[in-house]
Amino acid sequence: MEEALKSQAHAHAPAEGFLWKYVFSLDHKVIGKQYYALALVAVFIGMVLSWLMRFHLVWPNAKIPGLELIAKTGAPGGIITPEYYLSLLTMHGTLMVFFVLTNAPFAGFGNYFLPIQIGAEDMAFPRFNMMSFWTTFVAFVVLVTAFFIPDGPPISGWTAYAPLSAIGKDAGPGLGWGQNLWVISIAIFCIGQLLGSLNFIATTLDLRAKGMTLMRMPISTWAWFITSCIGLLAFAVLLPACLLLLLDRMAGTSFFIPSGLVVSDRLQSHAGGSPLLWQHLFWFFGHPEVYIAILPAVGIVSHVLTNSLRKPLLSAKVIIYSMMSIGFLSWMVWGHHMFVSGMNPFSSLLFSFPTLTITIPATIITLIWLGSLYGANIQINAASLFALGFVSMFVSGGVSGFFLAQPSIDIVLHATYFVVGHFHMVMGVAAIFAIFSGTYFWFPKMTGRMMNETLGMLHFWITFVGTYCIFMPFHYLGLVGNVRRYASFVDDFMPALMPLHKFITIAALTTGAAQFIFFFNLIHSRFRGKQASANPWRGTSLEWSVPSPPPWNNFGGDHPVVYHDPYQYGLKGSTGDFVMQTSPEQILNE
Amino acid sequence: MGKLFGVILAIIALASAYPIVTHMYVQPVDISTHGHAIDEQLADTMAEAGLAFVLAQLLLAFCVWKFSNRKEGAKVFHLWGGARLMVVGAFILVGTEVLALGVLGQKAWAEVYFTAPKPDALQIQAQAGQFAFYFRYPGQDGKFGPLHPDKIDEGNQNYFGLDPANDVEARDDIVTAELAIPVNREIHLLMHAKDVGHSFYVRELRIQQDFVPGLDLSLHFTATQTGHFEILCTQLCGLGHYNMKAYLNVLSQEDFDKWMKQKASEQ
Amino acid sequence: MSSTIHTPMTLPRRADQGKGSESGIWIALFAITMSFAAFTSALFIRQASADWIHLAAPPILFVGTAVLLVSSLMIEIARRGFDGKSSAQIKEHSKGLVLLLASLFLGLAFVGGQYLAWRQLAAQGFYLATNPNSSFFYLLTGVHALHVLGGIAALAYLLTQLAARGSVRRNLVNGVVIYWHFMAALWLFLLVVICVRL
Repeated sequence: MEEALKSQAHAHAPAEGFLWKYVFSLDHKVIGKQYYALALVAVFIGMVLSWLMRFHLVWPNAKIPGLELIAKTGAPGGIITPEYYLSLLTMHGTLMVFFVLTNAPFAGFGNYFLPIQIGAEDMAFPRFNMMSFWTTFVAFVVLVTAFFIPDGPPISGWTAYAPLSAIGKDAGPGLGWGQNLWVISIAIFCIGQLLGSLNFIATTLDLRAKGMTLMRMPISTWAWFITSCIGLLAFAVLLPACLLLLLDRMAGTSFFIPSGLVVSDRLQSHAGGSPLLWQHLFWFFGHPEVYIAILPAVGIVSHVLTNSLRKPLLSAKVIIYSMMSIGFLSWMVWGHHMFVSGMNPFSSLLFSFPTLTITIPATIITLIWLGSLYGANIQINAASLFALGFVSMFVSGGVSGFFLAQPSIDIVLHATYFVVGHFHMVMGVAAIFAIFSGTYFWFPKMTGRMMNETLGMLHFWITFVGTYCIFMPFHYLGLVGNVRRYASFVDDFMPALMPLHKFITIAALTTGAAQFIFFFNLIHSRFRGKQASANPWRGTSLEWSVPSPPPWNNFGGDHPVVYHDPYQYGLKGSTGDFVMQTSPEQILNE
Repeated sequence: MGKLFGVILAIIALASAYPIVTHMYVQPVDISTHGHAIDEQLADTMAEAGLAFVLAQLLLAFCVWKFSNRKEGAKVFHLWGGARLMVVGAFILVGTEVLALGVLGQKAWAEVYFTAPKPDALQIQAQAGQFAFYFRYPGQDGKFGPLHPDKIDEGNQNYFGLDPANDVEARDDIVTAELAIPVNREIHLLMHAKDVGHSFYVRELRIQQDFVPGLDLSLHFTATQTGHFEILCTQLCGLGHYNMKAYLNVLSQEDFDKWMKQKASEQ
Repeated sequence: MSSTIHTPMTLPRRADQGKGSESGIWIALFAITMSFAAFTSALFIRQASADWIHLAAPPILFVGTAVLLVSSLMIEIARRGFDGKSSAQIKEHSKGLVLLLASLFLGLAFVGGQYLAWRQLAAQGFYLATNPNSSFFYLLTGVHALHVLGGIAALAYLLTQLAARGSVRRNLVNGVVIYWHFMAALWLFLLVVICVRL
């Protein structure tokens, strides 16, 4: 038997060629970078869409040069129509939530660093890994195709509520093939995510190096692991939901469409379906999805902070248990998106309690971060600035959630800009900050070169101040009752709010422009950055014990042995200011 | 740079709080009977959340200011109490405050949703369709005629699909494009969706509720002041969503009766 | 720099290769369970509507059930006939192969039976969109059959490996068999739902 195995090892000579090395690579590091690159493309498109939206809201009659070429019906003469505004809104949300926030912090960094951080050569299922990326890529292409079909992208929002999304083109522009492409894209995306989550879980459970107990895994690894557990179950619900929606749209079933609807003067032939069923299925997925977006960010930031503080966090274990509680509670709160949806009002109360309870582990994590800062020796660099900025944004976004968790307050704040402010703070800013932090932190490891710190700090300052300028005012608008998803503001009380909207638009365009500093830094440093050592940040976890970038099998054929947890910084009377996980050096009081 | 972070964050936190503290952006006047509970709840939450926000940001600003890029050889140390203090703190601060607000908040919710409309409430039916609201009053017989979706004919202003020829109750139904109600009289609003999901939102009434196709939903409320108020659609319903609105006219009983007579003659 | 991301198309066999496969199957089954839980919840919610009319399950479903259960039995006997800890070899070459082949064909027969059931329903005028009960019938049986086909494909792959080399990794055998049993158990659950709720 052993002979058979050995001969197979020699029989599989490494393949050469551009395609196998860079395109259909089975190497988790290449796949991680592919996910990250896809996320970069998606975030760029999503950002441009947001500029168009903000522009249109304050200058509705402005002609956007060139837009009429992409959107003949949506933006004739370059002027955005109300339906095109809704298409932009739908695609912005879809791209950002799915292709940026689920891709970069989780699939991107997770794929690259999870195996290394646990001491493995690769993921448990490299072929599935490669397939999961290409599946996600296909989903992206299908989605973006919607921009180029005659009727344009769907206008039902990233939430695609039925019956608007289920009836078909009678319900409005973009709701014919545009919506079909959307549903198909998301269904394909689910499959990619399921494969990916499967890989993460199996790898974490089975491929840890000797000495790497679960509690010795870095917080970032734990975050990816918990996220993949959530993702496995959440996407397993979204996929059926998409299938049911597709059947309603294309096969005449009535899962979500009741009888007697008259749309565009046509009596629809469906009967008996429940629009609320779509909302339940979608949000049962949708709420855990936002924790899929934020938990890897929490993990990355904790990881970066542990390093930047030059001391352990007050308790990594507490953060890990808190993340697990958040993961667990995330399944019980989906109804808080549906307080005024017409569902049983008693259910609304029931849902508000676990929603409020989630504040507890989230606060614990925040207090641990804050408490850890006390007495630290924070090394300020681009990575740590974004990590600290994350903490600030997490507080801001979390606090506004506190309002929305109460059904009585949701009566007046639901569907206003207050909600938009809340989720942009946590997802659109905080999670993005974690991606930035992770990038500045891990770029040296991934490429062997350092990013430019000056540009990084400039990027940070403009983005930090800029995003507060954009999203804090959203809360004020919401308090007054500014309704969301409006292509134009024609309500009587809106003229008084337009100056604030103009301020937001200018802040958005400026902050958006500053992101080019980051894009430039990425590309320039990739080719011209200063050479990076194996451990430029004096880190303890396993990724810093291998060269920058690591060899194809991560540890050069060695099997690393782990002696400590990754928090050995500064405190325990060890020699020097840190001890690596792989160092056999004894530590007092461990 | 750490000091700069501390200073800038402190400015941001205080600048963010300023518009709230100075009441620059507030809800319009409350004209409902149940709204005060909601407003109180909102104010309490704002006070607690606002305080938590400012304190947390200032704490973060302070820590970064004081503990970043310290002198060579500076000792790192743990906060007294460590993780345990943080966990206990979180449970006490957040646990009690959050759950208290949650429990107290039930009252405001219950006033809207757990009380039944009074038997003498004025029943009005609202229909939401792409992209307008229409309202129907039951007329002298106090009954609504049945709806026939296949008979909807916007061109002939049969928005609800009524069949007065065959349905006796439909003959005296009054259909309008504005919602006029008498002041200080409880209204029982029956909500019917014609095509897709919509929502009914009147800021001054502190009320919001989705129209769900296929579901018989309703709201009840009482307006305490006369005036002219906007009804907004807040559930994305298609390209005209931004423009889908109607007006709520709260009239004195006299004016309302006059208006009803006039509308009845226009049918 | 680029030489260090030297990535072979097929990685040389690692010492830890195969680790993770058995967890992998259980993880996948979790996800599949969740999906069917979603479909079942949708059914329960939809049931509340006024247009719910009981649908009589075509009797061929019961024949199919027996076929699937027998295939499960056979594949389990085959699995127990395998020898060796990390790499399974068939004890008696022919018997194990025959059992596996039989399971494969029974699996195909099951799917064929489902197709017949659909034809029978269609003959009675019940198509996918006819009423909610028929929608759920086609949906549940269709998605289940799709997953069974996946199991059949995996079993076919196992057989080709066995035929070509005389042995396969133990994990692969366990994985395919666990999946197969799960499909049978899932079918029993769906059958109950169909008979009692539809």
